[in-house]
Amino acid sequence: MMFAPAPYLLKDVSVSQVMTQVCIALVPGIAAYAWLVGPAILVQIVIASLAALLAEALMLRIQGKPLAMFLSDGSAVVTAWLIALAFPPLAPWWLVVTGTVFAIVVAKQLYGGLGQNPFNPAMIAFAVCIVAFPALMSQWPSVGLQLSLVDQMNVILGFMPRVDALSGATPLDAMKTALKLGEGSVDVAHLLANQDIYGNFAGRGWEWVAVGYLVGGLWLFQRKLITWHVPTAFIGALVVISGALWLYNPAQFASPLFHLFSGAAMLGAFFIATDPVSGCTTPRGKLIFGAGCGLLAYIIRVFGGYPDGVAFAVLLMNLSAPVIDLLTQPPIFGMKDKA
Amino acid sequence: MLMNLFKFKGGVKPPTNKTQSVTLPIAQAPLPSRLVVPLHQSIGGVPQPVVQAGDKVLKGQLIGEADGWISAAVHAPTSGTVLEVAMHVQPHPSGLDAMCVVIEPDGKDEWIAHQPFDYANAAPEAVREYLQQSGVVGLGGAVFPTHGKLTPSKTVPMEELVINGAECEPFITCDDLLMRERAEEVVRGIGIFRDLLQPKKVLIGIEDNKPEAAAAMRAAVDALGEAFLVVPVPTLYPAGGAKQLIRVLTGKEVPASKRSTDLGVQCFNVATAYTAWRAIAHGEPVVSRLVTLSGNVHAPRNYEVLIGTPMGELLQLAQPHPDTDGIVMGGPMMGFLVPDAKVPVVKATNCLIAHSDRIFPPKAPEMPCIRCGACAQACPHELQPFEMYWFSRAKNFGKTQEYHIFDCIECGCCSFVCPSRIPLVQYFRFAKSEIWAREREKKAADTAKERFEFKQLREEREKAEKAEKLAKAAAAQAAKKAAEAAAAAAAESTAPAAAAAPAGEAAPSTDAAPAVAVDAAQEAKKAAIAAAMARAKAQREAAQPKNTEVLSSAAQHDVADIEARRAAAHLTDPEPGTPPAPASEKAE
Repeated sequence: MMFAPAPYLLKDVSVSQVMTQVCIALVPGIAAYAWLVGPAILVQIVIASLAALLAEALMLRIQGKPLAMFLSDGSAVVTAWLIALAFPPLAPWWLVVTGTVFAIVVAKQLYGGLGQNPFNPAMIAFAVCIVAFPALMSQWPSVGLQLSLVDQMNVILGFMPRVDALSGATPLDAMKTALKLGEGSVDVAHLLANQDIYGNFAGRGWEWVAVGYLVGGLWLFQRKLITWHVPTAFIGALVVISGALWLYNPAQFASPLFHLFSGAAMLGAFFIATDPVSGCTTPRGKLIFGAGCGLLAYIIRVFGGYPDGVAFAVLLMNLSAPVIDLLTQPPIFGMKDKA
Repeated sequence: MLMNLFKFKGGVKPPTNKTQSVTLPIAQAPLPSRLVVPLHQSIGGVPQPVVQAGDKVLKGQLIGEADGWISAAVHAPTSGTVLEVAMHVQPHPSGLDAMCVVIEPDGKDEWIAHQPFDYANAAPEAVREYLQQSGVVGLGGAVFPTHGKLTPSKTVPMEELVINGAECEPFITCDDLLMRERAEEVVRGIGIFRDLLQPKKVLIGIEDNKPEAAAAMRAAVDALGEAFLVVPVPTLYPAGGAKQLIRVLTGKEVPASKRSTDLGVQCFNVATAYTAWRAIAHGEPVVSRLVTLSGNVHAPRNYEVLIGTPMGELLQLAQPHPDTDGIVMGGPMMGFLVPDAKVPVVKATNCLIAHSDRIFPPKAPEMPCIRCGACAQACPHELQPFEMYWFSRAKNFGKTQEYHIFDCIECGCCSFVCPSRIPLVQYFRFAKSEIWAREREKKAADTAKERFEFKQLREEREKAEKAEKLAKAAAAQAAKKAAEAAAAAAAESTAPAAAAAPAGEAAPSTDAAPAVAVDAAQEAKKAAIAAAMARAKAQREAAQPKNTEVLSSAAQHDVADIEARRAAAHLTDPEPGTPPAPASEKAE
């Protein structure tokens, strides 16, 4: 007779299903992105995915782990997609590959692979590359730059020189630089009036990419793949701190709306800070984690030296996640009055 | 009859698979060729057999006597001959054997003389004892002796009596059919529990996917003029767990560390109430129960089955499909594959599911935990299963207890939802049994240590006492000698001097006598200690077994020969030329 423990009925779920749904949830954002900058982003996604799968396969091989089972779990692909979306769309291919390989080999596999990484691998890739290659990581295509797919490929593959038109800044970065250079004489409202850069409320085109992430994130919530805690706390904290400073001095601080829909705020709130492996797991812990991410992201993007703060915010909160979890264990059934 | 219901957190909604086995009424399973009745069919003491091979027994005759208060009697399920009282494989995942009474039915199914219990004139204590003698145990699956739950707490007033007709596990429908067909007897049984416990309210919880059962129960309650409330509860596994049902109906949460009576609640299964009524009203002990046959079978149905019926034989009634590869006892969430088709139906057997890969597809390989928290959201006890898993896996059992592993009811919700297909419950069972084993070991070691220390203490004391006794004797002797010497000395001195000598002059000699005595006493003590040590050494040596002692004389001879050869070859003796010593001395 065989031995197999109960339960014999199982819900039809798997890690690869979870990861596939995360990828599906990214599609609206990616579609808006491709509409904004052209197919370059799709090329980057393919490059990152291939690099991630190859790096993962190599590391699995070295460790003697089953290749098919882990390559098909989809976690490496999710990491790759997040890296492609976080990096400048016309970044040279080797930069994306470097980031991806570092994420998979060091941030994920050296820590033990799936489920064992203390830090979000995609954000490690971003942090490593922005520290190592700050110039390349800050070059975003100028607004309205129209390049054919061939030209974009040539830029990415390095066959075409990186002209000035390729080295713009994100609206978020542009705002910060302008305010800094203006030394108090420049007014946020005045800057936002330039719709060529800032679009309707946060950044021409980029605001719609953020809306795409928001839509995908809400779908993830509706599918119960994420809980409300992290995105709500992330967005809430971002709104509270940006709102407070905006009310204090609307001329020098952009509105919460601007901050929500620029940079990686939406991507971070729904897709990065919600990573279960490196985040908090208890309900209260998730609230603290999300709020910490939102708060730190704002502080770094407004007062720090980097174009955006989401990556470092998430990594710092990853660092604190175990202790937050430890201190926020919920009371169990029947023990609530004691706790 | 609207009632404010409460919710428990977590829970899952597996496909219920109940409709297939409720289309036909309950049928009587035919007499099997042989009945194997385990003696240990309830929590608590193992009943002692009161029959032996060759005895003729009648249906309902006592075959196993309850051992202690938490234990329940076992009876012959039919009339026939006892073939043997022997060890047989049990319906338990371990596949271990336990003592069973094997009965060959004579086909007459002849009852022993039995009559209704005089319930109206019986003291509560007598009712409880009668239920114990009738083998009434919890038929929901836990098989806790029912009489042991029928004493109200002395300090906490009994507020609610919860009757469990939820039956939340997929496939199982025996309680559903029981309530549909025998509601009146169930309600009468509940009446007995009510009389004994005197609760303020009686709440009968039935999952809302069993409207027929609820209607039948409501009708029976009305017909009997009882004030019991029949409450439909939302269908959500494990709503039929006692603690979950208590929560849903009363809002009270019973932690692992407490009894429900501490919170003024008690809970019984509907089938238990039914058997209690059969025992009281008809004098029938528990010799059969309802069993759902379902799963990979052609004709799923509920049967009234004699305890002891071999499962494989019983399942044939439902005509299992040819690809059936095992029998699951219980539901698909908490049941287990029985180790052998021969194992008997016991009081805990509510359902047999024919297992096949078609209805229960093999699990995908286990993946690493991604901490998604689905298990924590599904856990009805609000535990953090992924944390307990982590520490169970690391064998960090202290940590698992910090995460309340003993509050886990092993309902399987966590395993059900896990995207990594981790058999979480299995890890928790492992951790729990390891913790129990360690505690047992520690207890045994503590007892042994205590015993050893006490023995040492006693030996020391005895030694000291003996030495003291010897010393006293020696001192007495020495004193006597000294006194004699003094007397002699006194006799030697001149008579006038002796006569004139003041009493004070005798002082030196009286001083000398004790000094001599002390010396002697010390000497005696030393001698005594030395003797005691020598004795102890001899005893120790005598007590130490030598591996050559228990050998036959021939073997001893062989050993001596070998030792002699070794000595001759200078293998054992450092000093060349010494003659070979006898084997027994060599062993030193």
